[in-house]
Amino acid sequence: MNVSTILIILLIGAFATYFSGDKLASKVALLFSLAALGCSIVLLNNYNAGENISVINSWITQPKISFALNADGLGLAMVLLTAALTPIIIFSSFGNDYKNAKAFYGLILFMAFAMTGTFLAADGLLYYIFWELALIPIYFIALIWGNGDAEERRKAVVKFFIYTLAGSLFMLTAFIYLYQKAGSFLIEDLYKVNLSACEQFWIFLAFFLAYAIKIPIIPFHTWQANVYQKAPTVGTMLLSGIMLKMGLYSVLRWQLPLAPIAAKEYIYIFIALGIAGVIYGSIVALRQKDLKKLLAYSSLAHVGLIAAGSYTLTLDGLRGAVMQMIAHGFVVVGLFFAAEVIFRRYETREIEEMGGIRTQSPKFTSMFLILVLASVALPSTFNFVGEFTVLYSLSQINIWFAILGGTTIILGAYYMLRMFQHVMLGETNSKTFADVTLNEGISFVVIIAVLLFFGFYPKPITDLITPSLENILQVINKN
Amino acid sequence: MNTLIAITGLGIFCLLFEILNLRKAIVPITILGLLGVLALNYCEFGAEQSYYNNMIAVSKFSTAFSSLFIVLTIFLVALSHNFYQNHPSKISDYVAIKVFLLAGAVAMVSFGNLAMFFLGIEILSIALYVLAASDRLNIKSNEAGMKYFLMGSFASGIILFGICLIYGAMGSFDISEIHESALSAELPIWFPIGLILMIIGMLFKVAAVPFHFWAPDVYEGSPALTTALMSTLAKVVAIATLFKLIAGMNVISSLENQDLLHTFQVIVVIISIASMSVGNIMALRQVNVKRMLAFSGISHAGFMLMTLLTVSASAGVLLYYTAAYALAGIAAFSVILYVCRDQDNEDITNFHGLGKTNPLLAAVLTASLLSMAGIPIFSGFFAKLFLFNQTIQAGYIGLVIVAVINSIISVGYYFKLIIAMYSKEANQERTGRPFLIYATAVVSIVLNIALGLFPSLVLDLLK
Repeated sequence: MNVSTILIILLIGAFATYFSGDKLASKVALLFSLAALGCSIVLLNNYNAGENISVINSWITQPKISFALNADGLGLAMVLLTAALTPIIIFSSFGNDYKNAKAFYGLILFMAFAMTGTFLAADGLLYYIFWELALIPIYFIALIWGNGDAEERRKAVVKFFIYTLAGSLFMLTAFIYLYQKAGSFLIEDLYKVNLSACEQFWIFLAFFLAYAIKIPIIPFHTWQANVYQKAPTVGTMLLSGIMLKMGLYSVLRWQLPLAPIAAKEYIYIFIALGIAGVIYGSIVALRQKDLKKLLAYSSLAHVGLIAAGSYTLTLDGLRGAVMQMIAHGFVVVGLFFAAEVIFRRYETREIEEMGGIRTQSPKFTSMFLILVLASVALPSTFNFVGEFTVLYSLSQINIWFAILGGTTIILGAYYMLRMFQHVMLGETNSKTFADVTLNEGISFVVIIAVLLFFGFYPKPITDLITPSLENILQVINKN
Repeated sequence: MNTLIAITGLGIFCLLFEILNLRKAIVPITILGLLGVLALNYCEFGAEQSYYNNMIAVSKFSTAFSSLFIVLTIFLVALSHNFYQNHPSKISDYVAIKVFLLAGAVAMVSFGNLAMFFLGIEILSIALYVLAASDRLNIKSNEAGMKYFLMGSFASGIILFGICLIYGAMGSFDISEIHESALSAELPIWFPIGLILMIIGMLFKVAAVPFHFWAPDVYEGSPALTTALMSTLAKVVAIATLFKLIAGMNVISSLENQDLLHTFQVIVVIISIASMSVGNIMALRQVNVKRMLAFSGISHAGFMLMTLLTVSASAGVLLYYTAAYALAGIAAFSVILYVCRDQDNEDITNFHGLGKTNPLLAAVLTASLLSMAGIPIFSGFFAKLFLFNQTIQAGYIGLVIVAVINSIISVGYYFKLIIAMYSKEANQERTGRPFLIYATAVVSIVLNIALGLFPSLVLDLLK
């Protein structure tokens, strides 16, 4: 058994879901996503036992492109994140009725397939193909099943698509240029290429465009809030929980090792851009009236910090960034799900129209509170571990980065708690709010359990990712 | 050679069917006949032979491209069945013209002599003029036919003039003789001048900027099936022939000897950039789908012209690109034929809600547009990848960056159509499931995706 098994399960799952009909689709999709999760856990065991679970086959002879999937600790951690979040996301949608559900769930599994492939690909072109493939399903999910005015939604989604495609095409050009130098798209061959500082600068920039748009880093973030708001909640979860991690992961895997000189040269600029995202996201989040938009901007702030951590080029920075990626993935899915739970009952996303939920629904309130506190990185949650490590690594570079980056916690606490206060506390709302159903409760409990478990005991994850991050740093520092 | 004879024979048979009153069977029989021709052509692959004093020279290049043309013609003939349902008495003429057109196309890629080349181009063009004007009672179709005829015959004249000048310079029409004498140090100036005239004429047939003005009007006015033919088969034939002319007459080395190579390359780069940019920018504001695809075709011509910069190495890339483009085009046009069957225009509004009323065809059209836009895993992506790879290798990184920017622009109008299908409400009922249209759409898109999954199959043919 090797890593291609997960991909095969997800791909077959996507088609099986489509052909199983509207009624069964959600259950079939859940089944296949759970199978993929089980498969990735088995693979993790095999990997820890020292087995070789990578694949390499030649695919196209000229130009030399291989079907190469490589699973190291970092890749596996991201695959596990995807595999764990996909069933949660599918399960969380069980309370909703979607038109043409077979296509909807089929697309979700197909997207999980493409994202898993992105995390595993060890050949530049294969990676690029998976990267682009992930874009198609989310485009249709947001366009067809999204909410709000159709015309506005269309504009937001098209902008998103053209933005991301534009960025990735420059990345493709960079890959082709690198191929001319290396004679192969394989990642280890690309690592070996010796480039002048000027070439590296352009390569770095081309990659940066692709990733800065996907993550998003300021000033390429303008598509984000609108798409998050207009997409159906499942789409928002996929985007914020997993897809933007593709960008962050790619920074570590591709951008930094391929252009290390440029990375070191311009480290301050890119950290500063990340930090600017933190401050900008937090301040804009303060003024949001729409719950989903508020969460979108808070997400912008958090990923800004993760990006800054990645660009520090220190082991702590990278490790913190990866842990925060995983933590943020879970917490943001939980928060968007909470917004969806409220929407199911109140049919609104305006914060002003909510309030007084606490008295009617104590269980939901406590779960929502834990998620809010996790999102502002309260100690004992997984987010604290990640965010604190990143801030520590930033302080090693320059103390001001850490201080400014720290505003994410202070401002974050302010706007998140204020939101919580408006949404949950206050006078009893005239509209009734039924407490969470069993299905909804299970999703919340799983997410919270993960966040708390790794908050107290992050060692399994650090053990998993540290060796591969050390390898990446070795490549960066070789010259 | 056998292929060409067989195709011509099949064309005559098609005319005979009319006499034998076998109209109903004509489409299936022609498809079977073309499949037989395809098999015959496959047998010829790999054998380098010349016939009739090198009038026809069969090579790997010619057989590979002939196969592509035959496959495209099979699709186009299959689509004829439904398209000409209302003109049952003319169907044998239309099918026969398409088969003769294929004969011209095959002659154009397997010529060994410039006279044969001109013969091929005339057979193809005259068939196209007739088809463009074939909707006799429609004034737009008449206009299209007239426009195309005037402009096309003008281009043919320029090509003929170019051939004469080359004959004057070389003393021969024979390609292999020209190939040898093109390397001699002292060439009269007539050779490059004749060359320029021929290239201009061919660029006209390809519809590259600035020789593209006929394309949108003719595409819009012609019957939809003819537009499909022009934008897939005719365009692919023209670009392949231009490539063969430049490779066959040893133009690159000859120009290098005369210090004109740089000028040639600059001109190709400029025409390529102009075609891509003008085609894409104009396509953005079209509401008629046929016009939009006409401009998209102009921009694709710009991409294909990039292969002329690396003639010695890029025959395989050109074959792959043309196959990917033409298959996507056939799939797109079969959906357009279905949607606009009973409409008097091909505006985007006709496609509203297709995603709900007919999910299969909507998916096919989406896939073909994604392929043209160059999204993986469709073959259009690999076509662009190989092309960019080849071009960067030759050192034209600036050209590739312009091409990349153009790919981004093209997403804008391809997605306009996709959005219309999925996010607007349907405004008409669509009934009937014509088998041949469905089959053509599905088979061509499956072939397109198969090319994307196994690109080496086509790419390595012309090694």
